[in-house]
Amino acid sequence: MTGRQLVTSAQNTWCPGCGNFTIQHTLKTVLAGMEQEGTRLDDVVLVSGIGCHAKIADYLNINSFYAIHGRAIPVASGIKLANRELKVICCVGDGDVYAEGLDHLIFAAKRNIDITVIVHDNRVYGLTTGQYTPTSPLGFKGKSTPMGTMEYPLNPLELMLASGATYIARGYTKKMDLLKTLIRGAIDHRGFSFIDVLQICATFLNLTDHYNTHTRDLPAYDRSDALLACEKIREWDYNSGAPIALGLFYQRKAPTFDEQLQHKSLPKTERLLRTREFLATRQ
Amino acid sequence: MVQDISILVGGKAGDGINSASAVIAQLLNQLGYYTYIYFDYPSLIRGGHNFAIIRGSDTPIGVHKTTVDFVLALNQDTIANHKMRFKETTLTIFNSDVVKAEGQGISVNGVLKTENAPVIMGNSAIIGAFAKAAGIPWDIIIKVFPAYIPKGTEINLRVARRAFDQVTPVYPVESIGSRRLCLITGNEAIGLGLIAGGLSAYVSYPMTPSSSLLHFLAENAQRFGITVVHPENEIAVILMALGFSYAGERVAVGTSGGGFCLMTEGVSLAGMAEIPVVLVVSQRTGPSTGLPTYTAQSDLHFIVNAGQGEFPRFVVAPGDTREAYYWSAVAMDVAWRYQVPAFILADKTLSEGTFSLDPADLPELSLGEPIDWDGKPPYRRYAETGSGVSPLAFPGTNGAVVKVNSYAHDEFGITTEDSGVVTQMTRKRMRKAALLAEAMETFSTVSTDGPANAGTALVCWGSVQGACREVARELGLRLIKPVVLSPFPELLLNRTLQGVRRLIAVEENSTGQLAALLRFHGITVDAMVLHYDGRPITPDILMDRLREVGV
Ligand SMILES: Cc1ncc(C[n+]2csc(CCOP(=O)(O)OP(=O)(O)O)c2C)c(N)n1
Ligand SMILES: [Mg+2]
Repeated sequence: MTGRQLVTSAQNTWCPGCGNFTIQHTLKTVLAGMEQEGTRLDDVVLVSGIGCHAKIADYLNINSFYAIHGRAIPVASGIKLANRELKVICCVGDGDVYAEGLDHLIFAAKRNIDITVIVHDNRVYGLTTGQYTPTSPLGFKGKSTPMGTMEYPLNPLELMLASGATYIARGYTKKMDLLKTLIRGAIDHRGFSFIDVLQICATFLNLTDHYNTHTRDLPAYDRSDALLACEKIREWDYNSGAPIALGLFYQRKAPTFDEQLQHKSLPKTERLLRTREFLATRQ
Repeated sequence: MVQDISILVGGKAGDGINSASAVIAQLLNQLGYYTYIYFDYPSLIRGGHNFAIIRGSDTPIGVHKTTVDFVLALNQDTIANHKMRFKETTLTIFNSDVVKAEGQGISVNGVLKTENAPVIMGNSAIIGAFAKAAGIPWDIIIKVFPAYIPKGTEINLRVARRAFDQVTPVYPVESIGSRRLCLITGNEAIGLGLIAGGLSAYVSYPMTPSSSLLHFLAENAQRFGITVVHPENEIAVILMALGFSYAGERVAVGTSGGGFCLMTEGVSLAGMAEIPVVLVVSQRTGPSTGLPTYTAQSDLHFIVNAGQGEFPRFVVAPGDTREAYYWSAVAMDVAWRYQVPAFILADKTLSEGTFSLDPADLPELSLGEPIDWDGKPPYRRYAETGSGVSPLAFPGTNGAVVKVNSYAHDEFGITTEDSGVVTQMTRKRMRKAALLAEAMETFSTVSTDGPANAGTALVCWGSVQGACREVARELGLRLIKPVVLSPFPELLLNRTLQGVRRLIAVEENSTGQLAALLRFHGITVDAMVLHYDGRPITPDILMDRLREVGV
């Protein structure tokens, strides 16, 4: 298929002004660009969890696995292990991947499996109408924490660096060109790619002004230097009023899980023969 | 004369009781016996008391007996803990360095020292001593050792020989024929059956008694050309498996009750998204952590009902290695033909028991093919068909946009809340259930034994069939066993039950889960024998318990 119509006829139900529109549009642009360069979009799979962000699986006219809350990453890992030709992209939420399914995020990074994870980080549970997530600022008053949270947010980039991710970036939905570069870079990167995308939630946590005044581009440095990357990652802790750097923080080459786990598949008849051979060793 | 011989071998964890029992069973196999090994061990790595009961018989067996003919003791517990296993004629062979007993003692240390052999080879000394006492020719030992003790075969043989020479034959175990069967565990049989059914990936997180299946497939991954993955937890296991399946690979997962608790959300997803997957669940004593290394049949209702919402599923509970092999292949086939989760419900007794399998006796596998997409776009993953089964395509296929979805969805796989579509899709899934039930009518979903005209029948499921079969034959009772538990073989069961006046359920749980399932389908049992101490019910215990209910 070429020149594919990339949007389905599903009715879009995101709130006006939602950051998800930008992420979807950017991903669409990236995919269209890849198709023009010769990538078969039949080889692309989108995996999502559950949340407002996850509706992107309905909206994009590409292979998709609309999974369950927090579990996009193990599904994506299975798909990649089954067929290395596929480009597997996960669109996940901050509640989805930093709360419900954090274990899978850490382990996918640790394995350096060649998938791309795009976190739609609105720092709130959107779909369940406004509870705090692991990246909500301290004191955030959500429906489940009316007095304000008593937990510091975690810094997902720092966590990813510690876990072994080989591509770590942060984007912002109002910086579309950068976001496009980051997503394309993540898909092209061989290994586990992670992008935390700051997006506003128009209804439950609108940080547009704060992001517009505090975000800035990362300066030039050796992206494969973990110590330097760590220093940059720690400049903003998802809580303070410090400047928020955007861009690619860290990237390195490393063997991927899927390339190491490649198996030689055998025809059915050969397998059956081998079960008989095995039985004979116990006779 | 009935040929039936039992050997108890016991020692500390780490004494190599498991491998000793495998060798002894193989010796009996070389003498033409059907064999069965029960392995009993606490949940620890070193110390404690492990034992195995190896049984040989001239008819197929799937259970041990309480009493034994030989006791091979590597520790004092083997004597002290097993008083009820001794008969007047029981011969004890023991390591005289650490055990006080009547019978034939050999100094294992002495033997090892003379041969300059390490302590772990002590079990070879006991095997050698047993073989001599049982009149087993030395050349059979020479034949068996290399396959079971590939490392240091020579020195192990020398250790065995030295002990062999110190003992006098007491109780000759005769050769009863030239039949040589394959000795495999239930988990190995499940693994081989899955491979015969086309398995290409196995995903599992260790949990007794399923772990040995993970180990077996991981060790033989290259031999069978499969991928084996051990991810971070059981939630990842089931979701990763669904990823494999979505991408077109035949996949299975394995766990026990606790791990399966974590998988239930994924099972419901498989039901909704119609993704084929095979789940091997091997029961242990519950609830909770329970008795990790002991058996139970207390997860039947859990497995038959697990997962929110309603969706068709296949559940089979094999009772021995022959059924395990055959039905595991069928389960894989069913999962793919009907795009449903398919369960192989095992238990510790089956999973870790070793049974004789006659490869010539394996039923012919007549497996079908899943329905593939005809290639005419647009592809609709949930296309309406008369049967309810939609043609399959996998990502990467030219021109197919393959969308699967955990939400209620339309034919394309796009989320919908439309009442009409929701009704339509629910009916589609339920049509698959009917189709599957109909297809199962051509399978032997209920097995029977004992005289067909007996008025009293035992009804059981899973590995309890070993004890039930022996008792049914001895007492002239009929034995009826549903092998497939979902879809429930109501029709065939009712047909099989014709002429039965008294029906007694035998189960290893405390509530009678099969009996309840039968009742749900309009079949009433008249009495129940329930056994729930973690140990498999033996024929002699069952006999006593049946007497209590008036048989
Ligand atoms: C196991 C489970 N628990 C809870 C829910 C309810 N739920 C749906 S979406 C969601 C949170 C979504 O938040 P996030 O991942 O940040 O996505 P967003 O809506 O903000 O895009 C929750 C808790 C669920 N679907 N499944
Ligand atoms: Mg969110």
